[in-house]
Amino acid sequence: MSEEPKPAGLDDSKAIVTSLMQAREEARPVYITAGGSKRHIAGRDCDSDTLDVSLHRGIVDYQPQELVITARAGTPLTELIAALQEHNQMLPFEPPLFGGKATLGGTLACNLSGPARPFRGSIRDAVLGVQLINGKCELLNFGGKVMKNVAGYDVSRLQAGALGTLGVISEISLKLLPQPEKTLSLRYEMTAGDAIECMNRRAGEPKPLSGAFWLNGDLTLRLSGAASAVESTAAQWGGDILDAADNTWENLRDMTLPYFANDEPLWRFSVNPAATLSTATDSSLIDWGGAQRWLRGEYPLQELQQAAASAGGHVTLFRGGDRAAEVRSPLSGTEQHLQQQLKRAFDPDGILNPGRLYSWL
Amino acid sequence: MPESSRNELTRRLRQYLDADNVIVDQESQRPYECDALTIYCDLPLLVALPETTAQVQQVLRVCHQLNVPLVARGAGTGLCGGAMPHPQGVLLALTKLDRIVNIDPLARTARVQPGVSNLAISEAVAAHGLYYGPDPSSQVACSIGGNVAENSGGVHCLKYGLTVHNILSLDILTVAGEALTIGSQGLDSPGYDLMALFTGSEGLLGIVTEITVRLLPLPEVAQVVMAGFESVDAAGDAVGAVISGGIIPAGLEMMDRLAIQAAEDFAQAGYPRDAAAILLCEVDGTREEVDQHVSQVANLFNSMGASSLTISQDEAHRSLLWKGRKSAFPAVGRLAPDYYCMDGTIPRGQVSFVLNEIHQMSEHYDLRVANVFHAGDGNLHPLILFDASDPNDVRKAEEFGSRILKLAVQVGGCITGEHGVGVEKLRLMPSQFSAEELLQLEDIKHAFDPALNLNPGKGVPILKRCQEYRALPARHQHE
Repeated sequence: MSEEPKPAGLDDSKAIVTSLMQAREEARPVYITAGGSKRHIAGRDCDSDTLDVSLHRGIVDYQPQELVITARAGTPLTELIAALQEHNQMLPFEPPLFGGKATLGGTLACNLSGPARPFRGSIRDAVLGVQLINGKCELLNFGGKVMKNVAGYDVSRLQAGALGTLGVISEISLKLLPQPEKTLSLRYEMTAGDAIECMNRRAGEPKPLSGAFWLNGDLTLRLSGAASAVESTAAQWGGDILDAADNTWENLRDMTLPYFANDEPLWRFSVNPAATLSTATDSSLIDWGGAQRWLRGEYPLQELQQAAASAGGHVTLFRGGDRAAEVRSPLSGTEQHLQQQLKRAFDPDGILNPGRLYSWL
Repeated sequence: MPESSRNELTRRLRQYLDADNVIVDQESQRPYECDALTIYCDLPLLVALPETTAQVQQVLRVCHQLNVPLVARGAGTGLCGGAMPHPQGVLLALTKLDRIVNIDPLARTARVQPGVSNLAISEAVAAHGLYYGPDPSSQVACSIGGNVAENSGGVHCLKYGLTVHNILSLDILTVAGEALTIGSQGLDSPGYDLMALFTGSEGLLGIVTEITVRLLPLPEVAQVVMAGFESVDAAGDAVGAVISGGIIPAGLEMMDRLAIQAAEDFAQAGYPRDAAAILLCEVDGTREEVDQHVSQVANLFNSMGASSLTISQDEAHRSLLWKGRKSAFPAVGRLAPDYYCMDGTIPRGQVSFVLNEIHQMSEHYDLRVANVFHAGDGNLHPLILFDASDPNDVRKAEEFGSRILKLAVQVGGCITGEHGVGVEKLRLMPSQFSAEELLQLEDIKHAFDPALNLNPGKGVPILKRCQEYRALPARHQHE
């Protein structure tokens, strides 16, 4: 086996703390950035001065036998993945790489996970611990590098999807998985409605399903695991086997399928996987075994919010459209109050990514 | 609290609850004086046993108006004193909210009330080929509400995750009795991830009144490979070999000699009495996958020097092999008047070192210890044997336990993997967290419960700033 990889890295946390202290003193909020791949997606646009954490990068600790890696937030995902590859391991949540620009910190802040998410968990699920700089400029550690840790509130997973509004993420420890022995994809022609039913039924079978999406009249299922289990399941389920060189899953993960290639507003629904969504199902891309659905085009926000709510979930204007307005489903008054209190607990002066998640946060 | 206030509280609660469901007399309160960590007990002002969510809400409102502390309790199987009553507060027992509200086989979810037992969920959905993943050893009795409060694990969490990975949504009541739903029927929710924050929050942030759990397909087949080893070190190395061999077992458990012998006396599971340690490795999946992995694991164990090897031949045999493990706590309990169960988590690579240190401490304190261990995820359960009627033994056991947990932190682990902090490990929190970190946790608490009325004196130590708030009884102060 090769030597442990020692990629270039730098602990820039002191400089980040210093910059943040200055910003706090001057009551000047910051927008946290590294690779820049998520500047105009996932949240509202934020016009604060940037706090660049891209220098704060590198793998801090990687113990293949422990299935745990710790890396600085500015580490590009591609660097992590290359190191894991050497030991036949992987990030379970199959994050979008966005042309190599995506970093670990941004991926956690946006809680972005790929097609494997329903089957292997999200980045939120894989997080074991974080180091965080809160709005009081304190460098804090929560969670750890072990699989189970219930001491104190789960501040680590709380960072997932918080869009950097609770702290500047400094380091992250993640649980890993071994790479599957074999992967194979099957394709079936069917309507969106039949596909939703089929995805859910298949997910309820004890088979090594690792992806299920529907687009333009085709349902594609992916099997990953022990070769024997993948082969026997494929034989039972039938369908057209995709060429091994086909890169549909990578394109789905990185949002580089032709479906995503235009400037129309792009909406992300996160809903009950078995629900029928009243809005334009046939022009949707259905991923995550039914639990994540993409929709392109101009729609009245309220109509989509109602559709999402009746499907047991919520909607986000993921990309494009009016990014100065709210881009997420509204919260109840009680929950809004709790979220504001929580924000204050971490960032009393409101200097971290203000307005990125909601205008009032 | 003066007697008149207790009477007022009782009168107010009995406006909403049947008189029988508000327990005032001390003898009837006894069953509620502690959870399964019996060295910490107390009696509350009164016990409230609501039967509906609306009644829970009324109890919260009354307590909020009268500024009365409130401690939630499920089945009382917790192991950290988290459900120990507050002497000036209400003990809110949620056991009567025990209804499975809805099962959705296609979306693979179930909506359940907090008093439903962990195992009852799996039993109710088995007909659909589904089950609920996390399986604490107390799963016959423990309630799902308690599992949420403690973020419970079990023997299968290496592969299937903890409670936090297996629940989708919670109906909660705030300390003021306001209702809200967090999470969603999808896989995430807008705004901050309050599901992550509430899971494992030990009843400090709100009261859970309904849980939507995610269900998993029952595996086609599961099989156990049991191997005996002549040293703890060899067994520890074998654990690392399985994990780095690319197999994620459904469960991977280790027991040391004293635990093996106690479990074997109790369950006659066929454990090798002469082994210094055994590993129980369960693999599950499709028939083909399990055949492949069983032979891989068996070969690995042999190559790592296993002194004996047993592969479960059928379901009855598999259950028997697990019976020994699942009854290890009561089995060890027969060896001494009392036992004290610890719960540190350590990096897997530190297993041999830590077990050897524990052995030395055992000699130092002259207290026997049996080790039962979720080896796959590094979660240790040393069981310290002692006599609770001997104050010196109690003192020694507590000190011994604290030293084990501090050692866990020193080697890169934590003071609790799945049992929670409760009242028991409160004084150990500073060994894992800095003052700034503890204050951050305290600020989170204030965001949800500014008057500190939910489960006071547990989970998160309240540092010097507690003087700004209503004083806690002396025994609940932590400095």
